[in-house]
Amino acid sequence: MPDSNITKQYDVIVVGGGHNGLICAHQLALKGKKVIVLEAEESVGGFAKAYEFSPGFSTSAVHTLPQLSKKLISDLQLDKYGFSSQQPIVSTLALDPCGEHITISADSLTGVGSKDQQAYKEFRELLNQFSKAIRPTWGKKPPRIEDRDLSDVMTFAQFGLNIRLLGKEKMAEFTRVLALPTQDLMDEFFENPLLKAALSWDFLVGNKLAPRSPNNAVLNQLLRNSGDLAGKNTYNTGAMPVAKVGLFINALVKSCQAQGVTISCNSRVDSILVAEQKDQGNPCVNGVRLNDGQKIHAPTVISNLDAKTSFKKLLGLKHLDIQFSHRINRIRDKSFVATINLALRSAPNFTGVLDPKSRLLIAPSMSCMESAFDYAKYGELPNNPIMEVMIPSLHDNTISPPGHHVLSAQVMYVPYELKRNWDQAKPTLLESILATLETYAPGIRSQIIASELLTPKDLESRFNVSGGHWHHGEFCIDQWWVNRPTYGTNRYSTPMQGFYLCGAGAHPGGGIMGAAGQNAAKEVLKHDQ
Amino acid sequence: MMNKYNAIIIGAGHNGLTNAAYLAKAGLKVLVLEKNSYIGGAAVSREIHKGWMYSNCSYVCTLLRQSIHRDLDLSKHGLMIVPYEGNVIFGANGDYVADYPEETVTYRELKRHSPRDAAAMHRYESDLMRYAKLIRFFLLRTPADPTSLKPRDIKEMIFMGKKFLDLGEEGIYEFIRFLTMSAGDFLDEYFENDLVKAGLATSSIIGTALGVYSPGTAYVLLHHVMGDVDGAVGAWGLARGGMGSISTAIAGSLKEFGGEIRCDAEVDELLVKNNKTYGVLLANGEKILSDIVVSNLDPKRTFTKIINKKHISASLLKKAENFKIRGSSGKVNIALTGQPHFPSLPDQSLLQKGSFGFVDSLENMERAYDAWKHNRWSENPFIEMTQSSQFDPTLAAPGHYFVSCFIQYCPADIEGGWTEEKRLAFGETVINRISKYSPNFRELIAHMEIRTPHEIEDEIGLTEGNIFQGELTLDQLMFNRPFPGYAQYRGPIKGMYMCGSGTHPGGGVSSACGANSAREILIDLNLSKVNGKCVVPEEFDDA
Repeated sequence: MPDSNITKQYDVIVVGGGHNGLICAHQLALKGKKVIVLEAEESVGGFAKAYEFSPGFSTSAVHTLPQLSKKLISDLQLDKYGFSSQQPIVSTLALDPCGEHITISADSLTGVGSKDQQAYKEFRELLNQFSKAIRPTWGKKPPRIEDRDLSDVMTFAQFGLNIRLLGKEKMAEFTRVLALPTQDLMDEFFENPLLKAALSWDFLVGNKLAPRSPNNAVLNQLLRNSGDLAGKNTYNTGAMPVAKVGLFINALVKSCQAQGVTISCNSRVDSILVAEQKDQGNPCVNGVRLNDGQKIHAPTVISNLDAKTSFKKLLGLKHLDIQFSHRINRIRDKSFVATINLALRSAPNFTGVLDPKSRLLIAPSMSCMESAFDYAKYGELPNNPIMEVMIPSLHDNTISPPGHHVLSAQVMYVPYELKRNWDQAKPTLLESILATLETYAPGIRSQIIASELLTPKDLESRFNVSGGHWHHGEFCIDQWWVNRPTYGTNRYSTPMQGFYLCGAGAHPGGGIMGAAGQNAAKEVLKHDQ
Repeated sequence: MMNKYNAIIIGAGHNGLTNAAYLAKAGLKVLVLEKNSYIGGAAVSREIHKGWMYSNCSYVCTLLRQSIHRDLDLSKHGLMIVPYEGNVIFGANGDYVADYPEETVTYRELKRHSPRDAAAMHRYESDLMRYAKLIRFFLLRTPADPTSLKPRDIKEMIFMGKKFLDLGEEGIYEFIRFLTMSAGDFLDEYFENDLVKAGLATSSIIGTALGVYSPGTAYVLLHHVMGDVDGAVGAWGLARGGMGSISTAIAGSLKEFGGEIRCDAEVDELLVKNNKTYGVLLANGEKILSDIVVSNLDPKRTFTKIINKKHISASLLKKAENFKIRGSSGKVNIALTGQPHFPSLPDQSLLQKGSFGFVDSLENMERAYDAWKHNRWSENPFIEMTQSSQFDPTLAAPGHYFVSCFIQYCPADIEGGWTEEKRLAFGETVINRISKYSPNFRELIAHMEIRTPHEIEDEIGLTEGNIFQGELTLDQLMFNRPFPGYAQYRGPIKGMYMCGSGTHPGGGVSSACGANSAREILIDLNLSKVNGKCVVPEEFDDA
């Protein structure tokens, strides 16, 4: 990456080259801003970048891109740079130890009774209606209640109208279902325990939520259900093979560069520089200092990092009001998901699985999920971890040597804060994950060449995300919309003049969605006028 | 010729009696039917063991609305609320945190555990009180139906919106967090000492089938501080003579207004013709006629047992079946022949007389919830022991004591079903746990009554023995209580109403559900005002 232009004056500095940072940079450059993106690692992409975890074997922390919108792809002309929105659609398989799996896709469900099949149609319809109702808020900045302008009133009105348009019965149901624990929701619809567990996965993954936890799970699912690739296809997450994720990031980079954005890798930002403004006396940012001591100046700094890292590490709490600091400190961002990558000498053989390209879920029942959570909430490791397994090398043979394969899994529930020492606990966790895999794919142990296990702590340090949370903070009612990431910085701007947030911690939140980056750019341009 | 009434109330719980009293006050001829041989439902005083008066279900009160107390002239009918003081939370290491009536003493006590927490307590209490004051506005109001476009509902929604806006933008956002988060997370934001947190967290789980770390339990904290005793918001009291005094006082008021009560009269079925009720059928085959029937039973029982399913839609029946009313609490009431001694507390201290929370730690409380999830009871459950007779000498002879122990959690369904053996073992668990803190406790026991959710359901008729007539989770509160579309106390059948704690504002001995329901009935009858004055005022007088 070129870094010769680094001492030039810029209008905007974007700290962090995740997809939201790149998208934000692109949108600003499009409006004539001189933008530089500073990435700490040797390549951009954050969670979405493809990397080699063992010689010859690559993977990405991101498996699926359900939230990506077609509009974003065309806005950034990503298709021109080699990324197409035409994604292979994969179905989800709920694995049964005896091989009696359930196949879940958008319009069909096989392996369950007719009653569940009928219920699934109603279930999907209900969720799709709800996602549709709240989706228009994703692309807008959260409205203000006090000092509201017309657009805020319009956002509230549109939200209210959308909820009303659900009709009397559905509207009432919306207020009820939004607060339901996953278990109650599933019990209201379905009979089959394996099906209930499989459908619960997307409601819970990433958050400190188990099937019995009220209030937040449904919203989490609505977020996942809000992109074009999944909107009409609940449970049909658009699976994104690793090379495709690479293409997505490459296309983003090219699109940025075409707009004149400077991308500088290996440039870890140490702190954000604050200057006293002479005429008004209010402090404002005027640039950043890199790890090597180099200073880069710009009147606007946008952080793609999570709110905690942005305010505590980069800006420094000393510049902030104590109540605001308290709000930043209490953001819930402890992840409960670990990632495991296995380099395999041959294709794994999951008992009874006809389509191994599918997303495979290992979660026998909701009570197993609850038990796994019960360990994690006390800072212990679950005996029977539950997981989402993908074999990305089946979609893309370039990520592993010929005949070899890569298996990637997200494993729940793995606590961020462990009572034991992680160095001692990691082998235990690896062992229990492999033991679980072995029951579904006999012989898989002998196929392993190398493995990589990333606990939430590892994810935190590798991706510079506080708590290792891929959404930069739990996605739930009290950290959503007007409360995301928290009051006082819920509209991309922050209490520090010239400093903005554009990452997944900002509204509308995580997933490979890009809306936070786009919305932040709009906000920066507005403040500029 | 059968007698015809203007209104029949099924169940003589405190809400049913309140409902009947207000209706009688407005001039209706009312009859309250009670299946047991005594009135009061879960607000009763019973001489279970000779010489000791047991408040064997509910045991303390705070939520009873003052305006109802006045409207029904309950003092005249013998009700006296005695403030209740001194609260001790015991930790696993034998140490304790005490809450004294004197604020400065409590401050010093907290400081002993953590200076930071002592300082935070004021902030915590004022934040909680801000939310409590907001909620208190709505206790004696009928919830608006947000899906309705009727002027009254729109007006009520605007009222609600205004009250929320009074919090200010920042306050609203804070309130949303508070409503949805867990008590554990909420307390973490204020306090550092585990025992201090555990002590405060106790009120987030009482009667609730959730753990201290389940989202939504912070709200339940509020449900335990939004009441008042003699104008002291957040204070707790005892009804002199046991909780039954509340029921007998309301019944006294009801009788003065000309109402009737019949005990040993179990209702079998609601009589319905052309989607309109015309009375009830008793278990003994007798029919009693009335155009209005009000159910004080919980929503699940009302819709699945009393109402024949042919009279309601399948979707409503499903709502009733899905209604969450989970048994999670047990009760052990104990007659003692002497005062139990707690060696870790100073002798002769007020604390020896107080109420005790045996918690050990937050984790221990959460683990008790985990055991409940698996249909077991924990060997170390959270126990709240109230020494009622210390503040109300009418309950036992001099030198004798009555204590009420509330246990969270106790499963409604236990592996293999409840048996006499298991019930006794559950009681033993409780005594063992208390004995760890009070070695002489066991030898003082003259009699004990062990009640699992099973006994509570059998006797009082609360489904699964749920003390709130339904979980206090967001999906079952305000305009969603008991179910969306039925929060305004009217049932699906003309002339049928609900008045139990399963309706807004929910559980606790508040009488508010009964009063709100009476208001709606009187509105339908065009009798809501007598001499230009509302029979059941909607305004909240102290707010």
